[in-house]
Amino acid sequence: MDLTTRYLGMRLKNPLVPSASPLSRDLGTLQRMEEAGASAIVLYSLFEEEILIGDLALHETLNLGTESYSEALSYLPEALYYQTGPEAYLEHLRRVKDKLSIPVIASLNGISTGGWIRYARELEAIGADALELNMYYLPTDPHLSGSVVEEMYAQLLGELRRTVTLPIAVKLSPFFSALPHMARRLAGVGAQGLVLFNRFYQPDLDIESLRTEPTLELSSSSELRLPLRWIALLFGNVAADFALTTGVHTVEDAIKGLMAGASVTMMASELLLNGIQRIGEILSELEVWLEVHEYESLAPLIGSMSVLRSGQSAAFERANYISVLRSYLPDAGLSTLAEAS
Amino acid sequence: MPDSLATLDGNEAVARVAYLLNEVIAIYPITPASAMGEWADQWAAEGRPNLWGTIPQVVEMQSEGGAAGAVHGALQVGSLTTTFTASQGLLLMIPNLYKIAGELTPAVFHIAARSLAAQALSIFGDHSDVMAARGTGFALLASNSVQEAHDFAAIAQVATLETRIPFLHFFDGFRTSHEINKIRLLSNDELAALINGNLIRAHFERALTPDHPTIRGTAQNPDVYFQARETVNSHYLACPEIVQGAMDRFAALTGRRYRLFDYVGEPDAERVVVLMGSGAETVQQTVEHLAERGEKVGLLKVRLYRPFDGEQFAAALPKTVESVAVLDRTKEPGSLGEPLYLDVRAALAEAERQPLVIGGRYGLGSKEFTPAMAKAVLDELAQRQPKNHFTIGIEDDLTHTSLAIDPGFELELGDTVQAVFYGLGADGTVSANKNTITIIGERTDKHAQGYFVLDSKKAGSRTISHLRFGSRPIRSPYLIQSADFVACHQFDFIEKLDVLRLAKPSATFLLNSPFGPEQVWDQLPRSVQRTILDKRLRFYVIDGERVAREAGLGQRINTVMQTCFFALTNILPLEAAVEEIKRGIEKTYGKRGREVIRRNFNAVEAALKEFHPVAVPSTVTSGFEHQPPVSPVAPDFVREVTGVMVAGDGDQLPVSALPPDGVYPPGTSKWERRNLAQEIPAWDTGLCIQCGKCVFVCPHAVIRQKLYDPALLEGAPQSFRSAPARFKEYKDLVYSLQVEPEQCTGCALCFEACPVKDKAEPKRRAINMAPQRPLRETERANWDFFVQLPELDRTHLPLHQVKYSQLLQPLFEFSGACAGCGETPYLKLLSQLFGDRALIANATGCSSIYGGNLPTHPWTINPQGRGPAWSNSLFEDNAEFGLGMRIALDQQLATAKQLLGELREEIGSELVQALLQTDQADEGRLQAQRERVAVVKARIAALQSEPARRLLDLAEVLVPKTVWIVGGDGWAYDIGYGGLDHVLASGRDVNLLVLDTEVYSNTGGQQSKSTPRAAVAKFASAGKAMPKKDLGLMAMTYGNVYVARVAMGADDRQTLRAFLEAQSFAGPSLIIAYSPCIAHGYDLRFGLDQQDRAVRSGYWPLYRFDPRRAARGENPLQLDSKPPSLPLTDYMYVEGRFRVLTQSHPQRAAELLLAAERDVKEQWSRYERLAQPWNGRGTKLVESSEPVLAEPAAD
Repeated sequence: MDLTTRYLGMRLKNPLVPSASPLSRDLGTLQRMEEAGASAIVLYSLFEEEILIGDLALHETLNLGTESYSEALSYLPEALYYQTGPEAYLEHLRRVKDKLSIPVIASLNGISTGGWIRYARELEAIGADALELNMYYLPTDPHLSGSVVEEMYAQLLGELRRTVTLPIAVKLSPFFSALPHMARRLAGVGAQGLVLFNRFYQPDLDIESLRTEPTLELSSSSELRLPLRWIALLFGNVAADFALTTGVHTVEDAIKGLMAGASVTMMASELLLNGIQRIGEILSELEVWLEVHEYESLAPLIGSMSVLRSGQSAAFERANYISVLRSYLPDAGLSTLAEAS
Repeated sequence: MPDSLATLDGNEAVARVAYLLNEVIAIYPITPASAMGEWADQWAAEGRPNLWGTIPQVVEMQSEGGAAGAVHGALQVGSLTTTFTASQGLLLMIPNLYKIAGELTPAVFHIAARSLAAQALSIFGDHSDVMAARGTGFALLASNSVQEAHDFAAIAQVATLETRIPFLHFFDGFRTSHEINKIRLLSNDELAALINGNLIRAHFERALTPDHPTIRGTAQNPDVYFQARETVNSHYLACPEIVQGAMDRFAALTGRRYRLFDYVGEPDAERVVVLMGSGAETVQQTVEHLAERGEKVGLLKVRLYRPFDGEQFAAALPKTVESVAVLDRTKEPGSLGEPLYLDVRAALAEAERQPLVIGGRYGLGSKEFTPAMAKAVLDELAQRQPKNHFTIGIEDDLTHTSLAIDPGFELELGDTVQAVFYGLGADGTVSANKNTITIIGERTDKHAQGYFVLDSKKAGSRTISHLRFGSRPIRSPYLIQSADFVACHQFDFIEKLDVLRLAKPSATFLLNSPFGPEQVWDQLPRSVQRTILDKRLRFYVIDGERVAREAGLGQRINTVMQTCFFALTNILPLEAAVEEIKRGIEKTYGKRGREVIRRNFNAVEAALKEFHPVAVPSTVTSGFEHQPPVSPVAPDFVREVTGVMVAGDGDQLPVSALPPDGVYPPGTSKWERRNLAQEIPAWDTGLCIQCGKCVFVCPHAVIRQKLYDPALLEGAPQSFRSAPARFKEYKDLVYSLQVEPEQCTGCALCFEACPVKDKAEPKRRAINMAPQRPLRETERANWDFFVQLPELDRTHLPLHQVKYSQLLQPLFEFSGACAGCGETPYLKLLSQLFGDRALIANATGCSSIYGGNLPTHPWTINPQGRGPAWSNSLFEDNAEFGLGMRIALDQQLATAKQLLGELREEIGSELVQALLQTDQADEGRLQAQRERVAVVKARIAALQSEPARRLLDLAEVLVPKTVWIVGGDGWAYDIGYGGLDHVLASGRDVNLLVLDTEVYSNTGGQQSKSTPRAAVAKFASAGKAMPKKDLGLMAMTYGNVYVARVAMGADDRQTLRAFLEAQSFAGPSLIIAYSPCIAHGYDLRFGLDQQDRAVRSGYWPLYRFDPRRAARGENPLQLDSKPPSLPLTDYMYVEGRFRVLTQSHPQRAAELLLAAERDVKEQWSRYERLAQPWNGRGTKLVESSEPVLAEPAAD
């Protein structure tokens, strides 16, 4: 069975790609992913802010209490070298590239043009096969308009595009006023791929301690719907490859993603929950499914259920919303639906 | 700069040579020598080879005694071996020094010479330590400057190999060990040319080996010991010539010529000073100055003090000399004179020379020795009857030994620029100045010198930097007396210190000021304005804090102020200076990441635009003066003696001002007005639930609570706050929570400890940090009112509850500990619970410094005049010291009880019977006993019998006294462990409190056996590979020792309970207390949370092991914390000591993390197993049941 797919100009042996997650911090785990059949891997994100904070924290730590008291001019020994900036990430990438033969997609989360460009160059120099830009920016300033944010993204990407020759994918959040327009714009300035969607960590509130608690909840198959819809809408309308991430847990989820128009389907939660071997299991199931359904390759499957090809646009547009709600509220009248909307 | 030139301090200069010329280095931290060991450890960790291409083995030992033993062993096996030490450390090595010398073993010990603890400890420099070792058979070689220390480290090594006599190479602690100077380095080729390989082989051939075995360390009988002792004479007789030979070969190679006795001055001098050490540099300058003016004066520098070559000495002294003054930097009470003086007299007598010889002491404990003092000595020699056995540099108004000094005498230093900088430790002033010296020393052809006077207080520590630069080598080992440039980096100092005292006329004065050039004048005290006008100073201001803050550097203003210094002094053209500053930033911070460099660069650029000249008015306009150093209502001693020290004028105090036996009044810290905090806690009466947690955790006892009669509020300041008491037994009283605004360090632990949140605005708590300045005056008045409110009767308080325990008056307050110190809350708790009857034996370390370092003391007294009686003996002997106290008390108690029996009739049988019950466990019974003692004293006061008089003296011992033996992990786990173990085994009723910071905090964070695996520490710069020693478990194996492991930030109730149980246990008790420390590398504001993480991660399980439970058939071990529920990384990687390793040695960090995680799991399962209930099937750790007590005091 021909499971090959093309993503970011790369020919991948199958559409299963582990997405950026803590799993990719460990070289052994990455090797097991490759052995299990992953066609490429996305490394965890290099956060520019994290680097900045890390370097300043090191500086602060080494300065603490120094040159103050006669008997203790410092409290920690000075090392010959510290791994600062993106060095730990770069070193990891270097080792991963050394050990893995599948493509390695580096992931970058930056906030400044300078940072993005500097780090992207270094990632390219080390041999990353592609770059995934993780646009995780929370616009908390009420004076900052959506158009300014969009402009910032486009500029950053454009700048980057001019700097490196690597294929670039952009991992988007679903929170754009006009997602198709944004997707088109990004593709226009150089995004060869769009990864839908970024999953934000949403803090919770502890009502007893009155504290904000960071939480990490793994995805479930039900979360597949959102990227599924948008990929189905965008496929063929935006000149980019699509990767579906969030909610891929089963072979059915993967098939749906591919049918909607994704070139690759990405997984993290399923691997965290049920182990790396799930890649191999899903791949086998995919093969079986394709054989049972008499597909000779993956190609005809990809995008087959997109709006463009399926002719079922209404299902993905607002009418779908109405019908879904109606299914939950069989006795409700239209007025109730209006309130709910 | 040529490669051979470097700008570095004496310790590094010596360590470089010692490292290159040795194969084994055994180390132990001690001020001021620690840095030499730290360098060696760091270089070994970096893989730097020695002269023969191998990396020396650097091993940290448990004490200096241990280091000397290890050195001895390594030498016996033929390795080139060295060590570094000072002071008490050298004393601990003395037994081995005799052995090593007696066995004719070549080795060099490098000594940063330091005072010995006598009436008090002193970390500072003099020759007391090396003089105490002069009889060991080691040769003593003195170097006088950074260059000489570097050179003599090599010469000593050459000489020891040839003579087979081991050498103590010494140089002045701090003045040379810590002075930065520009020196010429010895190259590896030069060293290789100096060292004779045949002699190394000879040393190796003498090694102990089973391949051709020998017997050493024999015991000799009266028949031969004496003769055998004389066998070494020829080596000692030959030694001076060999040393001179080494010096001559050294001169041939380097051009730097030294002699055993170096004479400087007029060839036909009549008056000569003899001395060794850095003071010789000062005398040399003075002699040269006076000789130029026609005075017949000279200086004889003693290089090789042992073996003392009398003939060479006499030959070095010009024939014309009529009088000689010998200066000793040591004191030998009761002697005919100090050692060098006696040696000189003997040498001259043997040479049949008869000049007048006088001796004097100078420079003890780093007392300044200036050209004026040197001149005073030379002037004294010109007197008809010069004073012998004199002192110089102090005013001795008791035995009148001191010589008068002309304070106006100064030496001209040509084009040398002198600059003085006043800063805070935290603001980076010293770092900046070290950088500046390096720039000037290494990037220009100028010479540079830097010396830094740092604080003995750890919170809000002040620093004074003394920098000199010029075209001539700088050989002035004394503080700057007239400065061309004065910078005050902290505006608050203007009100507290006379920062312009050293300013020359027309000097430049740079002030870091929040007030601009137009506003600043009105903010200056009158005396400062007057000085600026009188000396016609060029006055500049910069708001350095704002510039640094805006550049993202927080309160570190170092780069900003450094830039201004260069801009104002023109030492370098500005453009070049900026370039060099940036180069310096890259060199210093390059390893720490681009962002750090970027921010500092920004600060440089901003600083250039932000400093402004001040247009100085023509008259003094200010209406205020300097603040007094201590409260004007303080006792006489505090105002007249302590206050002078606080003001920085302790040098002016005469001998008579100081107690002769080192005994000082308690409770003097309260008279200081330190004003360190930017923010202090402000109480929200409405939210407060009066839980006392903030009071419990405060490291400096600045936040306190009281319950009192509401009627007492009459006359309270308007701003004084109170609230109805929320204590069920005291509903009629009112409650106040009050902060001492001027002693608070602003650590914010109280805020973090507050469990209450404002429901509508959860960021607010019952106490909130608020700016100090606006609150200072009102809160000072409130505090004054608060402290005079009566203390609550402690006899009825349920002390096992935190909130009640915190109603007790702390008898440990306002120490000099770091802001957020993790140790001091435990000491404060101890003082609250038992302080009125406690004797405290305190091991040397942080707690002895913030507990006992002059000028002020935190251990205080209650309104009845009782309080902790505190003393420090040494580092290594503290457990034994405390045990001695216990034994004496027990003996006194036994005597008192015996006397009670003898006086039963006079006193009354019933009262005697009651008095004999001395096992009072609670406050009520203690109080009753105190009252009985008062009665019995009254009854026997009039009796004339000897037993009555003796009982009157001893009666107070009938009120039980408690002994607390306190120290850090360096003491308990390492240097004092043998003693601690012995004391635990003694069964005596003592309490040992280990303030476990997991490093030698006081000397700068060297690893101890308490340091956890995977932590970085000095001497473990690649992360500690071995796990932490489980001291508690070891103590439990005795079975009759109460043991508790506590962390007050994780469980304050458990801590409180452990203290109460330890105290009530009639045998030895050991409390191991988790103590967050600045050496852990995080903001100590979060120390409580971090303790909680330590416990929840299973790193620090809480437990109590109480042998009394065993007597009841219960397992004595109770685990007080739950199984690990937090990943270990969530605890570890909050702290820099663990995190740094992930950046310096990522792979090793990952491996050590795995091992540390395994440690935690194994530790927990071990404790869980040991704590199984005793139900017939549970595991028993020990068989013992009843606490076994040592010899009981007789009834």
